[in-house]
Order: sequence, then structure tokens, then C-alpha cells
Amino acid sequence: MNKVKRLFKGNLKQYSLLIALVAIIAFFQIVTGGLLLKPMNVSNIVFQNAYVVILAIGMLMCILTGGNIDLSVGSVVALVSAAAGQMIIVWKWDVYFSIGICLILGIMVGIWQGFWIAYVRIPAFIVTLSGQLVFRGATLLLLNGMTLAPFPSNYLMFSTGFIAKAARVNFMGTELNIVCLITGVAIALIFCVVQVISNNSRKRKGYETVTPLALALKLLVISAALIWFFTLLAQYQGIPTVLVILGALLIVYTFFTTKTVAGRHLYALGGNEKAARLSGVKTNRLFFLAYVNMGFLAAVAGMVFAARLNSASPVTGTSFELDAIGACFIGGASAYGGVGTVGGTLIGALIMGMLNNGMSIMGLSSNLQQVVKGLVLLGAVAMDVISKMNLDLLPKRKKAVVLEGAKS
Amino acid sequence: MGNTLLKMQNITKEFPGVKALDQVNIEVEEGEIHAICGENGAGKSTLMNVLSGIYPYGSYSGDIIFNGKECRFHTIKESEHQGIAIIHQELALVPYLSLAENMFLGNEQATSGVINWDLTYQKCAEYMKMVGLHENPHTLVKDIGMGKQQLAEIAKALAKSVKLLILDEPTSSLNESDAKNLLDLLLEFKKNRGITSILISHKLNELAYCADKITIIRDGHTIETLVKGKDEISEARIIKGMVGREMTSRFPPREHHIGDVALEIKDWTVYHPLYADRKVVNNASINIHRGEVVGVAGLIGAGRTELAMSIFGKAYGTHISGELYLDGKLVELHSIAQAITDGLAYVTEDRKGNGLIVPDSIKHNITLARTVFISKNGILDKDLELHKAKEIREKLNVKTPSVEQLVGNLSGGNQQKVLIGKWIFAQPNVLLLDEPTRGIDVGAKYEIYQIINNLVAQGKAVLMISSELPELLGMCDRIYVMNESRIIAELDGNDASQESIMGYIMQDSKGEIGA
Repeated sequence: MNKVKRLFKGNLKQYSLLIALVAIIAFFQIVTGGLLLKPMNVSNIVFQNAYVVILAIGMLMCILTGGNIDLSVGSVVALVSAAAGQMIIVWKWDVYFSIGICLILGIMVGIWQGFWIAYVRIPAFIVTLSGQLVFRGATLLLLNGMTLAPFPSNYLMFSTGFIAKAARVNFMGTELNIVCLITGVAIALIFCVVQVISNNSRKRKGYETVTPLALALKLLVISAALIWFFTLLAQYQGIPTVLVILGALLIVYTFFTTKTVAGRHLYALGGNEKAARLSGVKTNRLFFLAYVNMGFLAAVAGMVFAARLNSASPVTGTSFELDAIGACFIGGASAYGGVGTVGGTLIGALIMGMLNNGMSIMGLSSNLQQVVKGLVLLGAVAMDVISKMNLDLLPKRKKAVVLEGAKS
Repeated sequence: MGNTLLKMQNITKEFPGVKALDQVNIEVEEGEIHAICGENGAGKSTLMNVLSGIYPYGSYSGDIIFNGKECRFHTIKESEHQGIAIIHQELALVPYLSLAENMFLGNEQATSGVINWDLTYQKCAEYMKMVGLHENPHTLVKDIGMGKQQLAEIAKALAKSVKLLILDEPTSSLNESDAKNLLDLLLEFKKNRGITSILISHKLNELAYCADKITIIRDGHTIETLVKGKDEISEARIIKGMVGREMTSRFPPREHHIGDVALEIKDWTVYHPLYADRKVVNNASINIHRGEVVGVAGLIGAGRTELAMSIFGKAYGTHISGELYLDGKLVELHSIAQAITDGLAYVTEDRKGNGLIVPDSIKHNITLARTVFISKNGILDKDLELHKAKEIREKLNVKTPSVEQLVGNLSGGNQQKVLIGKWIFAQPNVLLLDEPTRGIDVGAKYEIYQIINNLVAQGKAVLMISSELPELLGMCDRIYVMNESRIIAELDGNDASQESIMGYIMQDSKGEIGA
């Protein structure tokens, strides 16, 4: 019983977020008379939020380094989509080749900003504020203030397409995409098997394990949620291609942050840079790589977004950075760095996304939507800060900052 | 003696799950220096926080009678208004403000919100004179040393016309002469200004030097109050009261098996990272054998930390020259990572600032310096990590139910054990320990000494930097004395005494002035 309690306690933060998300979904489902979870709208939500999640993952890596944010991502998204438009639409270059160039462009932007931030130690806020202006300006120069459209269909496939759209069968009166359905069940199964195997191996090695009941409960809830989600998708057109990109990124970055040495070092860097350095962590390089990675993911997001709009416009991506930063903080990342998870960030992005979508269906004005989103962001971070006060960590950190200054 | 200035009666303060104070009583007479001592976590700081209004009235039970009136403080402001000033262990000065600005922070010399700067600087100079701080009031706090900052804090309290001065471990980051100055200042205040002080301290010799009364607190209870001249005040008696058991010896015994030279530096010179012409370590040559504890004595600023850090993969300083031998082989360490792989460990003096990731778990802290031991191809084995962290916890007796616990929730002594555990996990041959027992209580100190003894018994070499001379004398086989960036003497642990070490330092400093 104690173990179950501890399991819940340890993950309370994550669970409380999940509960908030479920509550928001339930609220809008009722208020919109069931429109929110209509199969078509669920696919829509995936399309609408894909770029936010991609950017938020990159932003999380920057925030983990010590609460540093990247204000330039909206402009980088614009620059990359403009470059994609120029190469693919105007110059008619090969789509795959152009995508490669776009990714390199994003990485170069990351190297440029990362150099100033990590090695010259100019505050990230200032470097990326400069980047916001520079890359927005570069976009305007490149596009000459005009919008490029449309993209060829083989480019659009990457973002707005569906996988095996035609494989539909009639199942108890509803048309279902069989590939999507099978994928959903397979993912749920693989997830369960992996969890059980790892739990067993822990037990064999004599390490602490969760009780079978807690494990079963957890697997049941997660599998049910996965299968339900894929069933909804199957009722519409199947798996959106962008969901595959998203899924791959989520898995890779979750693995990176939780299971690799480099990921661990990233948390240490944000938790206490001096201590990390004295433990042999190459802090500057890690700091640099976080921004290179941000540039790369901004490029991915830029291409996904260009495909969704089916155009490259000079005003693309305005204030995207705010969505990404908001998702991280709602998702439990600490504004001081060193704390935050990919899963939490995903939930944070979904909370924002659900609010957007739900309020739009309700027909609330976009002005009012902004007010609500702003308050939700503040509320989420306030909860984070207040929960830390109980741990007495926050005041100590503040004091430590004052003292460090005094000693140097 | 005079009237009772402060009476705290039956103070009980509970935190969720813990009774931090349980029916504590304390009486302080006007014009005395009243010391409070107890182990870390005994409740000393909690008691002072209750008194100064940090824990507001209502969050504790019991009565506070100050100056004949019952007080119910809701904020620090209210207690300050009554003339109670508390100076915390971690100073609360703003580094980028001047001394004068700091001194009148929250107490600005202003009429209707407009500051009178002439008056501010003039008064600041007056108060600084009272505490013997000879600095320009315009000097920024970041530019003066810890000892002077401490004095500035006291001047700040004077500026608020203080009646009762509370000092929480005021000398923990001061060297011996600065510490003595501070204590003399308290004695002078008592004599000439009638200021009463409450002194929280771990350093028993300080208490014997200046305290009129000593109240001992253990586990949230008042154990006894010793009065100078009436009761026998001895270290043994105080320690017994604090830990609840007789401590026959403050230092655990150790068998001496001295092996080959593990680390040696020759003509080691290090320059300051910012002022490129300033030598922080000047032509130092030292060696440490396996199975040996070697001490480095010296005043703050002598270059001891800089010496240790420069050896540790050039973690400090520029233009480092000289030769470094590990196990007799000449090596050059280009990075901290390389130093760790080559078997060096540097345990910092500033555990929260430079040592631990405070908002992270014990297990993550323990494994950080050598993640290779719990990973394969850059991928962590978390089960192994948990296992290893638990081993370290057992070995060092870290008092915590779980290694998942955040380091920020541990007491100072346990944090120090985690810090040392982190470096034991890294399996070094040579440990450079910088003030390994700073700010922790006698019981925890004893445990740290035992850990050090175990390490040398395994054939590891230990360099121990400490500002507490009795500790160096009690623990070290040999002691190097460092002054003004040079090694000025090497003493055998058995022959050395506090007097002889201080004598070397005094003579050396005099020579400098004469030259």
C-alpha cells in the first residue's frame, strides 16, 4: 500500500497535470455538445498543435539549462518555411533535398545563437531577441514581403497527409481505417509488454518494483487511452503523417532526457551550473548543443507549419515562441532550470491546444481567448512555485544567488 | 546582572510531521552574551526565527516577553521595531549596492520617500567606525571580503538602534583573526553600549571566550543553561549536553600505514583568472602519500582553495605552471573530466553553491561525477544507479528514508555526507577536501572524520584544507602552512600546535610588511 502511495506521490505533479487536462477536455466536450471529440476535430487538434509540441520540446531543452528561453523560434520557423517555399515553389528543387537544406539552415541558426549564448555568455534572452529581429528581417528580405504558394502535394504529404488513407473497412456500421486501428492496438500491446518485462527484470535483480495491482492499473488506463485515441483517428482518415514525426520526436527526447548521460548532465547544468562543472560536466558544450537542437527543431516545426498553411508567408510564426514557452511552464518546467519533463511539456502543449480549440468551437472571440490562456499560464506557474515553497527550495535558491554574487 | 530582557516561555513549534521545538524556555538578561548551542537540526535557528517574527505569531505556541512586554510579532519588521536584529548565517547583503545603501536598506534616511544621500553616507561612516570597519561607504559589498561583510551586517543592525543582537553562526565563514575581532566587538558592545547578544555557534572555544551563559538545545528541548562562573564550562560538558552522550575523543583513532607518494606538485604557480599579474599560488611544492591525511592551514585568502582547485584539472586560475605527479608519473590535467578519470576528487567548501544540485535527488547527486559507472554507451542504467546510491547511503550513514529525497530537504550534515559520498562513488585515489566539516554539528563532524579515516585505511590519500586548527591537529599526519599564496612551513602532525602554526603565519606576514 505504501508503495502505491509513494508511486502516486512521486508522480503527483505529472498526474495533477493530467487531471487538469482531462478536466479541460471534459469541460469543452460538454460545453460544445460533443463537438470537441468528434473524429474530424481530433485529427484537427493533432494538426493544429504538432508544431507547438515540436517547438516546446526544443524549448524544454533550453529551459532545462537554467531557465533560458529562445525568443527567436517564431522567426526561425518563418525563415525556414520561406526557404522551403523559395527552393520548392520558386526554384522547383527536389523536395527531399530542400528538406535537407532547411534542416541544415535550422542547425546553422542554432550554432550562431548557441555560440553567443554558451561561449561568449551573452544572456540567452538578449541573443534570441536579436535573433527574433534578424531572422524575421531575413524572412522579409527573402520573400520580398510576398507569400509563396502552393506547395506540391509530395511536400504536403509530410505534414497534412494520412498514412494508408484508403485502407478502410466497415466495422459494425462505422467506416474505420484498419491500419490506424491495428497500429493503435500494437502500440498499446508493445507498451504493456515492455513495461512488464522491465518490471520483471527489476524484480529478478532484486530492485524495487511496483505492486502488480498498481502496474496493471497503470497499463490498463494507458492502453485504453491509446486505443480510444487511435479509434477516433481511425473513424476519420487514419494516422496523420505528422503524428508519426511527433511520436518519433517524443520517444527520442523522452529517452534522451531520462536514460542518457547527456540528458542527466543537462539537468545537472540547470540545477547548479558550478557544481556540474566541478563534476566534470562540459557545461559550455551542453549549453551550446541545447540551442543547436532548438534551431534544428525550429526548422522541423517550420516545415510542418508551411505544409499545413500550404504557403510560405512573411508573417508566419509570429509569437510561436510564446506558445512553446507557455507549454513548457504549464507542463511543470522550472523557470530556474533543471526541472521539467518531455511528458509534462506534451501535456502542457495539449492543455493550451485544447483551450484554443475548445474556445474556438464555442465561438469565443480571439481576444477573450488570449486573456484565458494568459491566466492559465500564470495559474500553472503559480501552482509550481507554491508547491516548491513547501519544499523550502525556492527561498534557499534565491539566497544562494545573492551570496554567490557577494563572494565573487 | 540587570533585568530580564527576553523571556521565551514554553515555545512549541510544529512542522508537518516534526516537532521542531517542544516547550523551549530561555531567559536572557540585559547586557549579557547568551550563547545557544546544539547540533544541526536541534532547533536553534527555528527558535530564533520564532523570536524575530519570521514564523509569525499564531504559527507557534508559547509566550515571548521582550523588555517587559508580551510580544506577538507577525513580521520581521515588527521585531526590528522593538530592537531585535537577527544576522543570519548566510548574509543578506545586496552585492551590487554600496555599503551605505545596504546599511539603510529598508531603513532609508528619507523624508517623505526622498532619500537624503549626504546624511546616509555620513551616518554609514559613523556606524562603520563603531564596528571597526574601515571602508569607503561608497564601496560595493561584492568588493569586500566575508569578514568585512559580517561587520557591515552588524553595523546595519546598529543603525536600527538594536537592543538585542542575534547572530546565527557568525564566524562559520571567517578565519581565526576575523572571528576573534568579531567576538571582541560583541564584548565591547556589551561593555560600552549595553547591547545584549544571542550567539548561536558550533565553535566551543568561542563560547568559552565570550559567553556569559550557554543554553544547550537538543532535539527541540532545552537541556540546560550553564552560567559562567557558577557552572563548570568545559567542552566535554557542552558536547555531552548537545549530543546526549560522552564523547571521549573528538577525533576517532586511526592506524597509520603510510605508502608511496600518490600526488606531488613541484614549483606550482597559479595566476588569478581576472588579474593576470596576481599570483594566487606562488611556487608551491607539496606531496601526499597513500594512507596519509595532509592538512593545509592558513588564513582565508591564503590561496588554499585556489591551490586545490588548480590541481583539480585547472578548475581555477590561469597560466598554471609547475609539475604534477600522480603515483610518480608526470601528468598534465587539461580538464576536470580528465582529473576525475585520473583519480582526483575535489570536495568543495561551498556545498550548496559549488557542490550539490540542491533541487535534485540524492541518487542523481551521488552519481553525477562518474556517470560512466552507471551507464553503457551513454545510456543510463537507472536500477544500477539506485543500487549504488543506496550503497553509498548505507556506507556513510546518510539519515534519509530514501535516496530519491531531494538534497534540499536534508540537514547540513547530511548534505555534506552526500557531497563526500558523491566523490567516494567516483573512486578517487586522492581526495582534496576543502573545509569538509564547515557548518555541521559535532556529531556529524565525528562521522566525517571516521569516513576520512576509512578512506586512508583503504590506501587513499587525503588533502584536508581547514580553518579550524584543532581539526587539522587532530586529524593530520603532516600540515603545510600556507600564507599569502606561498607554502611557508611543513610541520609534523605530532609536533604542531595552534601556537606554532599561527606563529609561522604571523612571522611571515610581518616579514612581508617589513620588506
